[in-house]
Amino acid sequence: MIEYLLSGEFYQIMLFYVYSAILIGAALAVVTMRNSIYSALFLILCFFSAAALWMLLEAEFLALTLVLVYVGAVMVLFLFVIMMLDIKVKAKSGMSNYTKIGLLVALIMAIEMILLLGKKLVGVLPQDDLVKHAQGHSNVNEVATSLYMKYSLPFELASVVLLVAIIAAVLLTLRRRDDYKIVNPESQVHVKAKDRMRVVKMDAERGNNIGGEE
Amino acid sequence: MSLIHYLVLAGVLFVISIAGIFINRRNVLILLMSIELMLLSVNINFIAFSSYLNDVQGQVFVFFILTVAAAEAAIGLAILVVIFRQRKSLEVDNLNELKG
Repeated sequence: MIEYLLSGEFYQIMLFYVYSAILIGAALAVVTMRNSIYSALFLILCFFSAAALWMLLEAEFLALTLVLVYVGAVMVLFLFVIMMLDIKVKAKSGMSNYTKIGLLVALIMAIEMILLLGKKLVGVLPQDDLVKHAQGHSNVNEVATSLYMKYSLPFELASVVLLVAIIAAVLLTLRRRDDYKIVNPESQVHVKAKDRMRVVKMDAERGNNIGGEE
Repeated sequence: MSLIHYLVLAGVLFVISIAGIFINRRNVLILLMSIELMLLSVNINFIAFSSYLNDVQGQVFVFFILTVAAAEAAIGLAILVVIFRQRKSLEVDNLNELKG
């Protein structure tokens, strides 16, 4: 008994349950929090615990990517937008119709999934434990080989998707202001001499002789 | 510990985020966050199957999902900023301009 409690297998199971509990608790906090900053912070916790779970599944590359891309970039973008927009939170009490329907839909979906997992798939799913890799096994190597050999074209296409996203985000948030003082290069180039200077015919002005001398 | 543990976890996460989309009427931002959570639960499924079947293709797929999700978050937030500039609020109930 003591030996089992000290074994690596038991430790892994404990880690799985701890991280899963944190993940589900944080997910519940994300959808129920009133303040969107708290929601975003709990979402960061969600991503971090999910990354830990992926480490347990020996998908190290993707776990690190999740932390880098999501916690480092996407969630910072979320927090930035939340802090930039001055969002007023109105207090609403009681459950609306949407809330009731939403909980009903969620309950039905949960029951459906449990039924599917419990009855239909038990014989089909792989039941054995995680495949144990050798000491020097590199997950990054494995993923990179597949990504650059077999999936090199989709990889390039993914970069195009990111480029389109950059352009779309910049174009959407670009603000054209009318009170902007800028020089238009086109009109500068096409200007003619007669537009620049106007000769005005007028009578000669008399100087002010304040001194009073003739 | 078997595959079914991870499948149940991903299922619970998915259901929570579905409920979050329905529950949330105050803020479009939290709706976007629920979508991110949904993608995360799908990714957990992919990685669990990939590890237990010892097939790396699932992880490559998750890589592409992460790319698309990052693009989606960037464009979604840009749309949200534009909405906020025009309406001065992010309440889901106010966004009924396209109502038929």
